[in-house]
Amino acid sequence: MYTYSKEHKEYLKKLKKEKIIVFIFRFLIIFIFLIGWELLSKYNIINNFLSSSPSNVLKTAINLFADGSLFKHIGITLYEVILSFVVATAVGLIIATILWSNKTISKIVDPYLTILNSLPKVALGPLIIIWVGASINSIIFMALLINTFITIINIYNGFIATNKNYITLLKSFRATKRQIFFKLILPSNYITIINALKINISMSLIGVIMGELLVSKNGLGYLIMYGSQVFNIDLVITGVVILGIISYFMYFIIEKIEIYVRNKRS
Amino acid sequence: MKDTILNVKGLKKIYHDRKSEIEALEDINFTVNEKDFISIVGPSGCGKSTILSILAMLEEKSGGEVILKDNISIGYMLQNDSLFSWRTILDNCLIGLEITGKLNKESKNYVLKLLKTYGLYDFKDKYPSSLSGGMRQRVALIRTLAIKPDILLLDEPMSALDYQSRLAISDDIYKIIKNEGKTAIMVTHDIAEAISMSDKIIVLSKRPSKVKKIYDIKLSNKSTPINNRKCKEFSKYYDMIWRDLDVHI
Repeated sequence: MYTYSKEHKEYLKKLKKEKIIVFIFRFLIIFIFLIGWELLSKYNIINNFLSSSPSNVLKTAINLFADGSLFKHIGITLYEVILSFVVATAVGLIIATILWSNKTISKIVDPYLTILNSLPKVALGPLIIIWVGASINSIIFMALLINTFITIINIYNGFIATNKNYITLLKSFRATKRQIFFKLILPSNYITIINALKINISMSLIGVIMGELLVSKNGLGYLIMYGSQVFNIDLVITGVVILGIISYFMYFIIEKIEIYVRNKRS
Repeated sequence: MKDTILNVKGLKKIYHDRKSEIEALEDINFTVNEKDFISIVGPSGCGKSTILSILAMLEEKSGGEVILKDNISIGYMLQNDSLFSWRTILDNCLIGLEITGKLNKESKNYVLKLLKTYGLYDFKDKYPSSLSGGMRQRVALIRTLAIKPDILLLDEPMSALDYQSRLAISDDIYKIIKNEGKTAIMVTHDIAEAISMSDKIIVLSKRPSKVKKIYDIKLSNKSTPINNRKCKEFSKYYDMIWRDLDVHI
């Protein structure tokens, strides 16, 4: 087996050391934060009722778990998020493809896309409830309004930024538009697409929670809303913490996909 | 006497945009015989590359005629190697065959043979990022040769390389083209490169360009491009073409 030089071993050691430091400090930050929060509220330095405490959050979570409602709420929110994420991804890819393949259409719809993307969709909340009804459909609709346009725009911008030399090359072989799309545009834009998915997942989560705050009787958004209405801050913070964990895991999954795709092709 | 396989007559190209129109090519005439190596030189911006784009049917001509002998196919090699980073070297070489629908066992074997002959076989499953600029350029040439074109169009194929690689690669490319018995039309801004590689040099005038002069390059003891640079006629041609280009700064 090949043995590394002394210098290389030093270098590897340094890398390892850095990794350990990062890990320790990451852990330390959350640890100090939780302990500090717990102690401050325990000795009533901060108002226990208004700011809850880690132990109360844990207790609330356990209670929710015990009566079976924890996973019901998580399940419903996840279902809404995944559904709107999948729909927005599909719609985004399809519309970006249409816009890419037809310059005239893209010129026509460009200002509308910009307006729809920059419009604060929350403002449409009351309208959506009236039109779609106070049901899960409203939530999905709200989420789609929030995540779809940005997905279309991101993917489309990636498509049109594809290296012109590559297109010329394929055209010199008399490639059809379809061939250019499948042999070049799609494979060369995988990073763009994955980045669009990352933004899409957080937008889906934002949209779903917004929708749940407005209309729902289930889900984490509802839990937070309900908690605030009955002034149960423990419940509100528990909902927020669970949301944070969920969004981290979703991001994590997409990142894993990204690494998998990247390793497969180099 | 070699066969004429391409005849360009009165070729004209005008570019339009909202504010103006630019006449790039006014009146271009030349013929290409089988197995010729032809270079096109001219002042920058004179539309050299436009001629190749038109021959490769990437751009429409505005007037004139391009007459190809029957069943002559054309391959185009860009300035930039344009290798797809997500495809292996072999898959990059096969892209033209995939697109033209000619990918089969026989054509694939032909590509493998080319890779073997030109020292790239060991890299066939590697990705472009692991190759040097010169090797990438050779891969780009094999990608063009894969579809078995009769005429190769080379648009400043070496311009992205450093000087030493340029010399080495121009030798390589020259050998590959001669070995495979291809006809080539190369656009370059490098007079020395043109003289060292070509049988014929077409000098263009400033825009709107016409053919200013055509030189038949006759070198005593002609061999590879690097050696050709040592021929005694080399500097004579260089001076003449330099004067034709009429460069003022």
